[in-house]
Amino acid sequence: MELKNLTISQVHNGLKNKEFTAKALVKGFLSYIKKEDAKVHAYLSTTEKLALEQAEKVDEKIAAGLKIGPLEGVPCAIKDNILVEGEKCIAASKILANYVAPYDATVIRKLKSAGVIFLGKTNMDEFAMGSSTENSAYGATKNPNDLERVPGGSSGGSAAAVAADECVFSLGSDTGGSIRQPASFCGVVGFKPTYGAVSRYGVMAMASSLDQIGPLAKNVADCKMVFDAIKGKDTRDATSANPPAPLLKGGLKGVNNLKIGIPKEYFAKGLNKEVEKLVSAAIGKLTALGAKIVEISLPYSEYALACYYIIMASEVSANLARFDGIKYGTSAISDKQSALSGLLDVYLQSRGQYLGAEARRRIMLGTYSLSSGYYDAYYLRAQKVRTRIADDFKKAFAGVDLIMTPVAPTTAFKIGEKINDPVTMYLSDIYTVPVNLAGVPALSMPCGKIGKLPVGLQIIGPHFSEDLIFRVAQTIEDAMRF
Amino acid sequence: MFDVAHIAKLARLGLSREDEKKFAKDLTAILDFIDKLKEVDVEGVEPTLQATGLNSVMRRDEGIKRQEESRKKLLANAPEAKDNYIKVKAVFD
Repeated sequence: MELKNLTISQVHNGLKNKEFTAKALVKGFLSYIKKEDAKVHAYLSTTEKLALEQAEKVDEKIAAGLKIGPLEGVPCAIKDNILVEGEKCIAASKILANYVAPYDATVIRKLKSAGVIFLGKTNMDEFAMGSSTENSAYGATKNPNDLERVPGGSSGGSAAAVAADECVFSLGSDTGGSIRQPASFCGVVGFKPTYGAVSRYGVMAMASSLDQIGPLAKNVADCKMVFDAIKGKDTRDATSANPPAPLLKGGLKGVNNLKIGIPKEYFAKGLNKEVEKLVSAAIGKLTALGAKIVEISLPYSEYALACYYIIMASEVSANLARFDGIKYGTSAISDKQSALSGLLDVYLQSRGQYLGAEARRRIMLGTYSLSSGYYDAYYLRAQKVRTRIADDFKKAFAGVDLIMTPVAPTTAFKIGEKINDPVTMYLSDIYTVPVNLAGVPALSMPCGKIGKLPVGLQIIGPHFSEDLIFRVAQTIEDAMRF
Repeated sequence: MFDVAHIAKLARLGLSREDEKKFAKDLTAILDFIDKLKEVDVEGVEPTLQATGLNSVMRRDEGIKRQEESRKKLLANAPEAKDNYIKVKAVFD
């Protein structure tokens, strides 16, 4: 069976027209994963038994002559910080090496009821902390376009699995660019919804005021279809919400007279010239169709990374306090070698031994920012700067419909190139982080290649403008095909 | 200025001497980078706690019924458990 570039609608038609069964499709993927993933390492585990059971149900339905939904029988991959009941969920950390999810995340429950099939759990930076997937305690994922390079991160496994045709689509999570940057590096479409547009119930919390779950897929239409299946208010996540009002402005058909803001700060020093050329060319496709370019300024962007590192690390230090060697996960208690004198020792040794370097670095940075005497200077100040950054976007969207930028300043870098220099690694998220601080939605889509390495265009919209983003992204995708 | 040993203890992270040295270097570099925030005028600016403006979201004040099945699943993930409780080392000597 040909799995290359297989899209959701192709799977749907294939199943409906009985060109293949869901079981044959799943078996095809599983055996392809066995072969291909020895090189790419996109998966941490496969959920073979679950996938085959789900496939059988879909096949029975088709055999009985019943209609199937658009996502029914479509095989996907899930980032391993999202809980699938009864399956291992380890977030690429040693401290959760044996953890089995006791329940389904809301997004999983929704995908299950849509009939989606789960092939496995994808590799990531430990607890979603990193920009290259090199912080996985189980070895780095490789970029399918060039195996010597990183796939980006932290949803590197989810992006690589789609790019390597090891699934039809995947879910990732995005706290500062963790869906968009790997989508850009691997050459797939990735979407970070408005904060709260998708329930976070059942995703391991990293930085709760920034985290969002979103889809990665082979094209814009697939990405939208998955987003539509997982979105919506959930009583189990008090920060989730439905869009407040009808989203598309009346009269704005196609892209004629669409106003696109180009922030000058994003096209300045540090941006690779060839990346800039491809991004500008993609935007040019829209101006040819009648869209208007408006130069805008997001003056507080230069403070976004510093602001992000305080807020994210502070929330990380609180959220990761739950890994204490007592309630769940790997514990020094079970380690016969360690001599434990009391409760404090259980904490110190479990967390010291089984949390990776980047997780410990961020926990300490956050603990410091929140500690007595430093709170006002760091955490509170960062929250005020966050307001400045969010206001930048608010002001910009008063004059433009969407903002377009590169996703990352460069293409995928070499494995090992930045791992020993945390600050340089952090800079690869410079164009994606402000979006999370403002809580607005943004999409990353391929807009060309430099050699064999893909480049991504970022489309940013106001809160809950997902429909407009998808529609314009679709127009660009169609225009690039010619 | 960055007392790694003190912060690590607050964060309940047991670090080796070698780790302490490495983290002191990394964290000093990160704090230098973050120092940039001091340039921003935040006079009279309200802090952002929630990006989309939600405030005091309510739910019904009712508990969740105890379920034998969930309890089993949760306890199965605990490193040490006894009689439906998670076991903890003595807190006091």
